[in-house]
Formats: sequence, structure tokens, C-alpha cells
Amino acid sequence: MVTAMALRPTSVDDLVEAVITAQRSGYALAIGGGLSKTGVGRETPDAVPLDMTGFAGIIDYDPAELVLTVGAGTPLSQIETLVQAEGQALAFDPFDHGPIYGQPAGRATIGGVVAAGVAGSRRLSAGSARDHLLGFRAVSGRGEALLAGARVVKNVTGYDLPKLAAGSWGRLFAMTELTLKVLPQPPIRATRAVAGLGAEQAVAMMAAAMGSPAEVVAAAHVPADLHGGVALTAVQVRGFGPAVRAKGALLDGLLSAYGSVAALDEHEADLFWGSLRTLAPLDRGRPLWRVNVPPSKGSMVVSNLRPHGAQWLFDWAGGLVWLTFEGDPALVRAAAAQAGGHASLVRGPMSLRAEVPAFHPAPAGVAALETRIRRAFDPMGIFETGRFGDRA
Amino acid sequence: MSLIMPEPDAGVLARRGEIVRALRAIVPGEGVIEDTDALRPYESDGLTAYRQPPMVVVLPDTTEQVSAILAWCHAQGVKVVPRGSGTSLSGGALPLADAVLVGMAKFNRVLDIDYDDRLAVVQPGVTNLAVTHAVEDRGFYYAPDPSSQIACSIGGNVAENSGGVHCLKYGLTTNNVLGVELVLMDGEVIRLGGRQLDPAGLDMLGAVVGSEGLLGIVTEVTVRILPKPEGARALLIGFPSVEGAGKCVADVIAAGIIPAGMEMMDRLAIHAAEAFVEVGYPLDVEALLIVELDGVVAECDHLIERVADIARANGSTTLRLSNDEAERVAFWAGRKAAFPAVGRVSPDYYCMDGTIPRRRLPEVLERMRELSDQYGLGVANVFHAGDGNLHPLILYDANKPGELDRAEAFGNDILRLCVAVGGVLTGEHGVGVEKRDLMPVMFSETDLKQQQRLKCAFDPKLLLNPGKVFPTLHRCAELGRMHVHHGAVPFPELPRF
Repeated sequence: MVTAMALRPTSVDDLVEAVITAQRSGYALAIGGGLSKTGVGRETPDAVPLDMTGFAGIIDYDPAELVLTVGAGTPLSQIETLVQAEGQALAFDPFDHGPIYGQPAGRATIGGVVAAGVAGSRRLSAGSARDHLLGFRAVSGRGEALLAGARVVKNVTGYDLPKLAAGSWGRLFAMTELTLKVLPQPPIRATRAVAGLGAEQAVAMMAAAMGSPAEVVAAAHVPADLHGGVALTAVQVRGFGPAVRAKGALLDGLLSAYGSVAALDEHEADLFWGSLRTLAPLDRGRPLWRVNVPPSKGSMVVSNLRPHGAQWLFDWAGGLVWLTFEGDPALVRAAAAQAGGHASLVRGPMSLRAEVPAFHPAPAGVAALETRIRRAFDPMGIFETGRFGDRA
Repeated sequence: MSLIMPEPDAGVLARRGEIVRALRAIVPGEGVIEDTDALRPYESDGLTAYRQPPMVVVLPDTTEQVSAILAWCHAQGVKVVPRGSGTSLSGGALPLADAVLVGMAKFNRVLDIDYDDRLAVVQPGVTNLAVTHAVEDRGFYYAPDPSSQIACSIGGNVAENSGGVHCLKYGLTTNNVLGVELVLMDGEVIRLGGRQLDPAGLDMLGAVVGSEGLLGIVTEVTVRILPKPEGARALLIGFPSVEGAGKCVADVIAAGIIPAGMEMMDRLAIHAAEAFVEVGYPLDVEALLIVELDGVVAECDHLIERVADIARANGSTTLRLSNDEAERVAFWAGRKAAFPAVGRVSPDYYCMDGTIPRRRLPEVLERMRELSDQYGLGVANVFHAGDGNLHPLILYDANKPGELDRAEAFGNDILRLCVAVGGVLTGEHGVGVEKRDLMPVMFSETDLKQQQRLKCAFDPKLLLNPGKVFPTLHRCAELGRMHVHHGAVPFPELPRF
């Protein structure tokens, strides 16, 4: 047992040495940054924590080139402050897991956000970390320092390893440096909402908005029981003033088919979209699932699980169903699969997480390919801690 | 031709008759081509400087046939080269003398269109433009728009991660593909991604897009479709210097504007294009910018005035704003015809595809002028200015002894220059055979070996499209070797940092 040990390398050489030592000693390394996501997956008492916060700091930022290079252990909050000062934002909408476990926001590191491959409400229009990770440096499970991708916004040289890095959950390599795309932050945003819709109507309304030329950036629905007795379905647009006014007018006409259209004021809008980040409307004491389906199938998922006591809300126009559920986990996985998607267990008691894998099990052929890819980067399983059932 | 391809396997060549019979058993009738004359159309792709007739061509039309072909070739140790429409500019579909060329042209059906989920499921042989044609009556389109979109296939777009003039705002192929059905080299059929946004585990779909036909053969693609913007307007802006145009591009982005497209042409490209299409490009400027804004009409009208102000502030000497669709299309006509236009002023041209940080543009163009003098070959530049993707067109005459070699050497120097200033070898055309031997300029041996280990996870016998992308073929067993022995040091002193 090596549980008392924790490693905090501050240079690539140190990190290489840590991996090689782990290879020789036969223990696994559990990569961590801000530790905002330790509630995902199994406990890993036998793995040695590898603290990546020593790789922090801004390495290069040229706003005109739309490119930002940072240490993987840099806090997300520091990055957001930096780019906001230039009127920019990360090109994807980063999702901070902290608040869904009752922790304060801002602890997450950029490396963790990218490794989790998650994004918030604007994922629907802006893409996710996988779409905007341009390059990285890392140390593989072989103990080799790697470079992949580049520091320019358009590049197809070699395999697109950044896609594998985003969403790898630390199972391929330990990232030390990330290059991300940034974009100008549109100055004005507006939210249009319709009250009182059921799940199916809400999905239909959001599909209509997404299919319109209004360039909707986010679409979400919180049902009545989680929203003071009146369901709210809202869509957001962004841009310069004249554009936002025109898009708002377009939506006022289009959405009136679904009910009375309200323009939320800034405070109401911040509350609504903020609740999609913190998931505060959902009972924090219950297991939390993240169900990813084609948007039109979101209502099918909830109609299957509501009779079993599921609480839920929609983001991504219905394509992301957040739900809390105390019943049989197999029902959630079955409902997700029936809808053509998958379900991840994001929060739950240790006993549940020990039994139920965090990620939706893949078909055998896909799972085998995924294992071969993990072996390609990490032949000895140095980064396989058992957290995702990979050592069970 | 300086390109060296893997030595053909004499044993495989000797078995050609048997291989043809085996393929005919899988794909009956006209689907197997072995006649010398009939093979000729397949001897090159869009990079015509390199030619090699394939051993045999097979044109399957079902996933089961693709699977059976690959499984047979895998069992028999026969190499396979996949091909879409053959428009690759990097030689990705260049045949091998001892390989079966699998042409995917018969996979030409649109299988499903779902407007609620805003996606289309298509077979890989469907052309890029046909996707838009299939959905435009409902006001939708497919965003990636490579110049070859009338001919190039979606399967080829997936292989090359194709871009286009609108990818500054709408992304490359990889940002617009939701899922694929993929046949691995051993014949196994798998699905990656789907109709939802996020993958269930590792983003293997992301690794397959842009893998240049080395990881598997795609037999079905699910793409995102977008509602067509309400309007689009363009500006045609001339500058007396490249620096002014470059500054204008930077200032547009600094103002928070991401145009749908932002293209630059240099003097030689402007003159060639105007001589070809006569749309009124100014001939007394050093650089021409085309900036397109799209979105709701009010947005286009607002932003076009702001871009015009930025252009004036940067010393533009020509400034035209499109007032109707015909005018907007005319602004683009010269740019879209730039390659054939250059083809009219030179017997041959060689199209390069590096990306650089935009701020380095003036010095890169200056150095290119010096190289042009040094090699005695002209160069015209068209440039996806918004994202720093350069397309220098090197002018040469293949009938003059040594000119092709000089053009290649010039092109290689340009790409080395791109990497030296912080850029990359290819922004959208792919590595293929063309830039294969330059990969070490950008990646270390360690990096390249790691990329090849990914290949080994998909195709451990290295039978799929070998000789492309990687300058050195390492056997997978060699790549898998680890020089640290598990447990060799039983109780090491634990390091603390």
C-alpha cells in the first residue's frame, strides 16, 4: 500500500520519473487537478495521487490569434478572468463539476475540464472541449514526453490526438500543457422563454428554435416541480445589439405557437442558466445521472423513468437529460440505450459507485478497441486506477 | 519524382489472379476491375504528380462486402488503399502496386434526414454538395465546404478532415460529424459516435476523422446540418500592402467579429483570377480581402459597416460592399476560380497548404518571395486569412526538365518555413504521401511512434493505406516494446517532489 504518498511534479522530467517509478513499483497513478470531480467513478485507495497543479500558469496568449496555451493545472477561474479581460472566452463553454457536489465553483483546473470532455449549455452550438483543444503536451504511461496537435487554429497534420485527450479522464497520459481556441465574447445576450410546457412540447419548441435562423446558442427546460410550480423552457441568443434584437423578434414570432413568449430580464436569465450549471433544482442527496441522447429523444427518456421516481431537467435542447434517480440503475441505462444514447453516473454514494460503472458500457467490439487504444499510450496500465472499472 | 513507396510484395503480385477471383466472389459482376486500361483512371488522386496503377480495383456497395473484402485481405496479408472521389490534394488515395484499391463511389445514398435532431445519415460516397442539396428545400445546409465540394465525397472529407472557406466560423469536418459506421482492417464492423452530441467513452470518432484512410473504412456517416443563415453579405477590399490587409484581418477579429469567411489573395492570384472570370477585381492593389458576414439580416447590415470602417482605418484603396446576392457571388467568383485561373497562366501549379500564426504573414510572404527568386519559379498566394491557412501555388512546367523537382523543393522549403514560425505542415489537405517525409520537421521520433501506436490499435498488420502519413513504417511489435520491466525494482525509494 502506498496510500500515504502523493506526488506533485513541477517539471516534465519529474513527471517522467514519477511514471517510470510507478512502472517499476507496480502502482497506478491517479491524476488529479482541482479534485472537483472525485465524485465520479469508484474510489481508488490503491492508486497514488498524482497532483498536476504544479503545471500551472499562462504560457502564451495572443488574443488576435485566437489561441491560448496554458499549464494543465491552471485553475479554470484564472483562465476565465484572463480571457474576459480581452473580451474573449474559451471557444467551448467549460463545465465546472464542483457545484454539483456542493463545492464552490472555481476549483476545477483546465486540465481536468478538458480531460472530462464536458461542456455546459452552449455545447449545443459551440461544441465541447474536444472541438477546441488544438494541441497538448503530456507524459504517456510509457513514461515518454509527448507533443500532439499544434498552436494554430487550423491543423490536420497527423492523427488528431487532442480528440482522444478530451474525455480521456486521465486514462491515456498526464497532460502538462494545453493549447485551446478562444473566441470573442459576444457583448449582448438575450433569453426568450415559454412557461408551462410539458417535456414533449418543450423538446418540440427547442427543436423549432434550433432549426430557425436565429442562431440559438442554448436551449433548456426545467419542469414545473423543480421551478416553483411552473415549467420554463428557454432559449438564448447572443451577438451585437442589432443582431440580438432581430433574433429576439424572430423568436417572438416563431415560439408564439407554443405559448406566450417572455423576454427574461438579466437577473431572471442568469438565475435560469446558472441553475443549469449548478443543477441546484435537482435534489443533491440523490444519485445524479447525465444522459446523452439525440435531442428529440429526451422526452422518451423521462417518460420511461418518471414513473420510477426520476427528477429531471433538459439541457442541449433535450439532448442532455440530467436526472436524479433512486431506483434500479439498470433502468437508466436501458432508457438511455433505447433512446439511442448513453448514461453516465455522475454522483452517488460510494456503495452505488462501487457497483455501477460511471460510464455506459460499450458494445464488445468498441470496448476492445478502446482498450487497445489505452494500451497504445499506457501499455502497463499506469493510469488505470480502477476508477472506471478498468482494473476490476 | 522523389517519392519512395514501400517495396511491392512480389509474393502478393504473383497471386494477383487468385486475389481477383477472391474479390469477384465477394463483389460479383462489374464491381472488380482488373483490365489495365480500366485501372488507369484510378492511378492518381488530385495530386497528379504521383501516379501508380493499382493491382486491382474493387467497388463494393454494401457494408457486408467491405467487411468481407477487408477480412479476406487481412487473412491473406494483402494491402488495401481506400478511395472516395479521388480529389485528395495530398496523395492520400494514391494506389500501391501490390494493394487492392477499395473505391467507395457506389455508397451514394442519403439514408435518413432528421430535421428535429438536425442531422443527415449518408453513405460515404455521397458528395459534400449533395448533402446540402438533400436538405436545402427545408432551409438547411451542411457547413464544411471544401473547394472540391461538387465532387469530393463525405467519406473522403471524413478521412481528410476537410475544411473550406467557411470553417473559420463553422469548423472543419470533425466539428460537424456525429457518428460513423467503420469497418476495421480485420473486417469487424463498429459504430463510433451516434446521433447524440457526446461520445460514451474515449472519443475514437475524433481520432478516426482526419486519419487519412489508415484506421478503417467508413461505410456510413452521420453529419450535423444547420439552418441556413437568413442573409449573407460580403466586402471586397483592396490594400496597397499585404501588411495593411493583415492588420485589417487582425482588427476585425479584435473587434469581436468572426466572419463566415475571410480570404486573402496576393497580386499574382488577383491578376490571374480577374483575367479568368472578369468580375472587376482591382488590379492596382497588392492584397485583396473578401470578408463575408452571415446571420440575421440586421446582423449582416450592422457588421458589414463595422468591417468597412476597419478596412478604411487600415488604408484600403478599394472598398465594395455587396448589395445583393448576385454581387456577393461575383465577389467570390474570382476566389473560387483562383486555382484554375492560376492554371491558365502556368502549365502546371503545385498547391501548398501550411498554416501559420497570422501575425507572421508579412515575413512569411517576404521569405517566399526570396525563395521564388532562388528557385526561379513564380508563386501565387491565396490565403484563408481568418485562420492562417496559406495556399501558395507554385508555378512550374512539368515538361521542362527539373522543374517539378524544383517545385517540390520550393514547396518543402515553404512548409519548413511554416513550421519554423510556429505553424504546421497542413491545415486542411492532409499529409498523405506529399508531406509524409516532412513529418519529422514537426514531430519528434517519440511523437511519431506514439501516433503509429494508435494505428497499431486499429490495424496491427499495417495493411491499410501503408506508405502514407508516416515516413518510417515501424512494425507494431517493435513499437509495443517497453524497456522497463515490471517489478524489476521491487521496493524503490519513493520519489517526492
